[in-house]
Amino acid sequence: MWRSSIGKKIIMAGTGLIWIGYLLLHMYGNLKVFAGQEAFNHYAESLRTLGEPMVGHGHALLLARVVLTLTLVAHIWAAVALTRIAQQARPVGYAKFRPASGNYATVTMRWGGLALGLFILYHLAHLTWNVRVLTGAYEPGNTFDKLVVGFNNPVNVVLYLLALMAVGFHLWHGGASFFQTMGWRIAASRQWIRVLTGSLAVAIPVGFAVVPLAVAAGWVA
Amino acid sequence: MKLHLRVWRQTSAEDRGRFEDYELDDVSPDSSFLEMLDLLNEQLLEQRKMPVAFDHDCREGICGMCGLMVDGMAHGPIPGHTVCQLHMRHFKDGDRIVIEPWRVAAFPVVQDLVVDRGSFDRILQHGGFISFATGTAPEANSILIPKDRADTAMDAATCIGCGACAAACPNGSATLFTAAKVGHLGHLPQGQPERYQRVVGMVDQMDAEGFGGCTNVGACTSVCPKEIGQDFISQMNRDYRRAMLGGAGD
Ligand code: FES
Repeated sequence: MWRSSIGKKIIMAGTGLIWIGYLLLHMYGNLKVFAGQEAFNHYAESLRTLGEPMVGHGHALLLARVVLTLTLVAHIWAAVALTRIAQQARPVGYAKFRPASGNYATVTMRWGGLALGLFILYHLAHLTWNVRVLTGAYEPGNTFDKLVVGFNNPVNVVLYLLALMAVGFHLWHGGASFFQTMGWRIAASRQWIRVLTGSLAVAIPVGFAVVPLAVAAGWVA
Repeated sequence: MKLHLRVWRQTSAEDRGRFEDYELDDVSPDSSFLEMLDLLNEQLLEQRKMPVAFDHDCREGICGMCGLMVDGMAHGPIPGHTVCQLHMRHFKDGDRIVIEPWRVAAFPVVQDLVVDRGSFDRILQHGGFISFATGTAPEANSILIPKDRADTAMDAATCIGCGACAAACPNGSATLFTAAKVGHLGHLPQGQPERYQRVVGMVDQMDAEGFGGCTNVGACTSVCPKEIGQDFISQMNRDYRRAMLGGAGD
């Protein structure tokens, strides 16, 4: 199954779906900054205490991290494998080639995905591994402070907004591809799939973007 | 009209190949693209040069033999047409036209613009057989097929196997061809007994031939002379998933 091209596409679709779900949860958490420093930090802490006492301290978070890492690795593995198959399928290119179809979202899937992967590394370094690059001093253990200080550097805001644009394009093509790969996109469903993936591709980047913009505008401080 | 042609020339599969430039005068706007190439070949023969080899048969857009990359577009700039049905009135006097063979690893160049599309035949062969009661001819209406199903199956069956889908695909994928052939029998009652083994056989052979994977770009449908839709790809994906992961037969 996974040796076949369709099998790899199913891996891309399934892992992509998990990440869309994660992005929605992440966005919900981010929007808590508007509830104030205390509520936001409380929320951040609750990610570690989630499921206690049945689940040990930090275990739910660890599980989420394991699942996200594994699905991301699988997503990238399938993408690289499919890219290599595609390259081997046309070893000699055309002297003149006019793409018959595809928009900005379709043609940036691979490079956009690579850019997103690099951004995720930067993002983790910045906020999870607490590497002090492009960010000022913040109170240790104060997640709200870390966020605000980070976004006080305009470079981070710009990088973040660029990454969100890539997320939007990735979701626009990837969302529709999910339904196509699973075999659920037919004439009858085409319209609502377009509406659903279109709104996700707009709503998720916008939902994330309001946070750095609010910090930059001084509304969250 | 006068044309400047840049044509791919390759004497054999082993030859590395190169482009050659030709000037062609007095091309009638009413001639087809292949008739224009015939004219070029007459000119080459008069000059005691090798004519350009290209595939063709019916020249009516129904057999699927013809297929050229015309100025970077499979079958040329007019949607829903084979290159044999493309007419020179769509070009202007003095145009430069680049003519190339399909560039797909699974379609090796035989000579000039002729490629070997045997990989498509092998995908079809791996579809296998359908179970059917032989003997006396059955009553014509003994198997009832809803009109919309028959229409969908017919839409898939219009595929002439020209290879433009794979040629235009940025991934060099034969997914639209395979999906049309899977969908053709998959929509009919006669195709049901072997429906799931057929999709697995054909998809696995498509991969084995070295075609790329589909990334849902849709270039195939845009260039398909029969304008076969993306829905067939979706349906093939679903049948393949059910065959491999369960759910087949519901
Ligand atoms: S020659 Fe038969 S389809 Fe063009």
